[in-house]
Amino acid sequence: MTSAPLASPPRVLDPLDPQVRPDPQGRFGPFGGRFVPETLMSALTELEEAFEQHWRDPGFRAEFHSLLRDFVGRPSPLYFAQRLTEHYGGPQIYLKREDLNHTGAHKINNALGQALLAVRMGKRRVIAETGAGQHGVATATVCARFGLECVIYMGALDMERQAPNVQRMRLLGAEVRGVEAGTCTLKDALSEAIRDWVTNVETTHYVIGTVAGPHPYPKLVRAFHDVIGQETRQQCQEQWGGLPDVLLACVGGGSNALGLFNEFVRDPGVRLIGIEAAGEGLHTPRHAATLNRGRIGVLHGAMSYLLQDEEGQVQEAHSISAGLDYPGVGPEHSYLKEIGRAEYYAATDDEAVEALLLLSRLEGIIPALETAHALAYLKTLAPQLDPQQRVVVNCSGRGDKDLNTVFKYLQQRGRSF
Amino acid sequence: MDPIPTRITACFQALRSRGEKALIPYLTAGDPNLETTFAALQVLDQSGADLIELGVPYSDPLADGPVIQAAATRALSRGVTLGAILQGLRRLSLQAPLILFTYYNPIHQLGIPNFLHQLRQAGCAGLVVPDLPLEEAGSLRQAAQAEGIDLILLVAPTSPPERMGRIAQQSSGFVYLVSTTGVTGERATLEKRIPALLQQLRQQTPLPIGVGFGISTPDQARQIALWGADAAIVGSAFVQRLAKASTPEEGLQQIAHFCRALKAALQEVTTPEC
Repeated sequence: MTSAPLASPPRVLDPLDPQVRPDPQGRFGPFGGRFVPETLMSALTELEEAFEQHWRDPGFRAEFHSLLRDFVGRPSPLYFAQRLTEHYGGPQIYLKREDLNHTGAHKINNALGQALLAVRMGKRRVIAETGAGQHGVATATVCARFGLECVIYMGALDMERQAPNVQRMRLLGAEVRGVEAGTCTLKDALSEAIRDWVTNVETTHYVIGTVAGPHPYPKLVRAFHDVIGQETRQQCQEQWGGLPDVLLACVGGGSNALGLFNEFVRDPGVRLIGIEAAGEGLHTPRHAATLNRGRIGVLHGAMSYLLQDEEGQVQEAHSISAGLDYPGVGPEHSYLKEIGRAEYYAATDDEAVEALLLLSRLEGIIPALETAHALAYLKTLAPQLDPQQRVVVNCSGRGDKDLNTVFKYLQQRGRSF
Repeated sequence: MDPIPTRITACFQALRSRGEKALIPYLTAGDPNLETTFAALQVLDQSGADLIELGVPYSDPLADGPVIQAAATRALSRGVTLGAILQGLRRLSLQAPLILFTYYNPIHQLGIPNFLHQLRQAGCAGLVVPDLPLEEAGSLRQAAQAEGIDLILLVAPTSPPERMGRIAQQSSGFVYLVSTTGVTGERATLEKRIPALLQQLRQQTPLPIGVGFGISTPDQARQIALWGADAAIVGSAFVQRLAKASTPEEGLQQIAHFCRALKAALQEVTTPEC
């Protein structure tokens, strides 16, 4: 435009404008917000102000990025999965190798960012919830690095499923507190962490592990994972001089998916696909497919899709993957679904295990069971695409922690590795 | 200002004119069963309760400590529903205004107009929603006001003074001062900052102030009243007595006794200005 019109028409905000994702009240359209006890409100305001201030500070950014490089091992490679591509005979499949990060998953990006923030805010005690244990391990790791006191809440059932990660957290000096309430899984660990925060809010920073929870958490956690998408854009440019056609990621709370998607949300040619856990099947009650089968409600401080009964009681989720075993989902995913920008499908326990085995055998990469859900969708997606199209799958974590689960699962079906 | 005082406002006015402090017991609905809950409400009504808070069991009660969490879990496992609670309340007629305590999601599922309609039919006078802070409370507050139901907002020790004022201004019936940073449940001692919080809040609002979270003995209730609160809210200590009793009848006797002891302690404190 050469000159501004005299009377400009009312500005229609692009629903994908970063200014409305979220708006100043922490809303992504009707989703998000702050549904928490009053005791936490001033802490959330304090956190929001601290984040806005430090995130703009070049010194903070420099420290974050230097630790991402030297402590986490970034950038993570964008790897062309040649044999997997040949197997499906369709599009070219690339893996964003978040599994190669220190501690074995994308979770460390956010844990590191929040630990830096806690230090700047003068909070020396850190708490976190964990499901699969990956976020707990990442938090315990950065707390050790910065000399912070660390308490991790973990469902009693998950402690059993993910015993090696419990040991890792303890080795790193964290206290792991088992949660016996409710369903003894991630949802209850999150509730218990929030209760701890309500009690110790004046001295404690709560490192939430996904893009859920009350504002500003969904925005802040996304910001610390943005590096995934930013690197991907640059690597696509370097490798083929263009954009990817499809981004594919698993969605529990949704942090690895948003970390990959956010950079490309305003590139209309890039399809964004999130895969939830269908557990034993979407036709059964035993799944964790919140966006596919849930209804809108409030859980853990935010309005979002939610697995709940007719009375508004939160239902138990089920997935073979402890990291996806959550009845809620980050509010921005609800928003991206609602406005039609992202698509969400689901993969069953069976499909995830098959995908894990396939990637292990074809590429020599054992993915986490969470990640395997995204990989499982390739068999549906690949036939829809042309051979020249490119799919980037977020390989969000490594699968060493899941060997016991997978072994037992196969054994019950009379199979072995 | 509404020209006709709500039942809760009228209740506090009457207490104030008698120089009395209010006792507000809390129960979790459906523990050990709904029948006992309804009987317990009548017992409390006749044992010195001035207002009564009734908690709706919820799967993820973020503001509640272990006692009320466990009561809610037991109630839910027996299939207690909000609908059944409100239906049962219709049959009761209590002197004390009844305040429903519920997390927000069950309200959202019913829809605000439908929920408030049922609440009014059940004879409830007020509403406390512990996970609905000022910023999210707008539409429920307006709709409740139109139905003549008081939406009682909570103020916490961490609320800055200016925010306390804004919350108090939007609260109706009374202001609920959370006495401690933490969840509901019994504590050995009261926090030392309560008098200062009461004083700060008093400067911001003409509404009565009820103090809750962590008050579990007659001595603590008396202390809260001496510090200038208009009401003492006691929850987990009642819930625990019903839960630990070997029979519902024994539980009812215990809460009647406990309720009278709390009220007697409060009556030792008279307000000179009236």
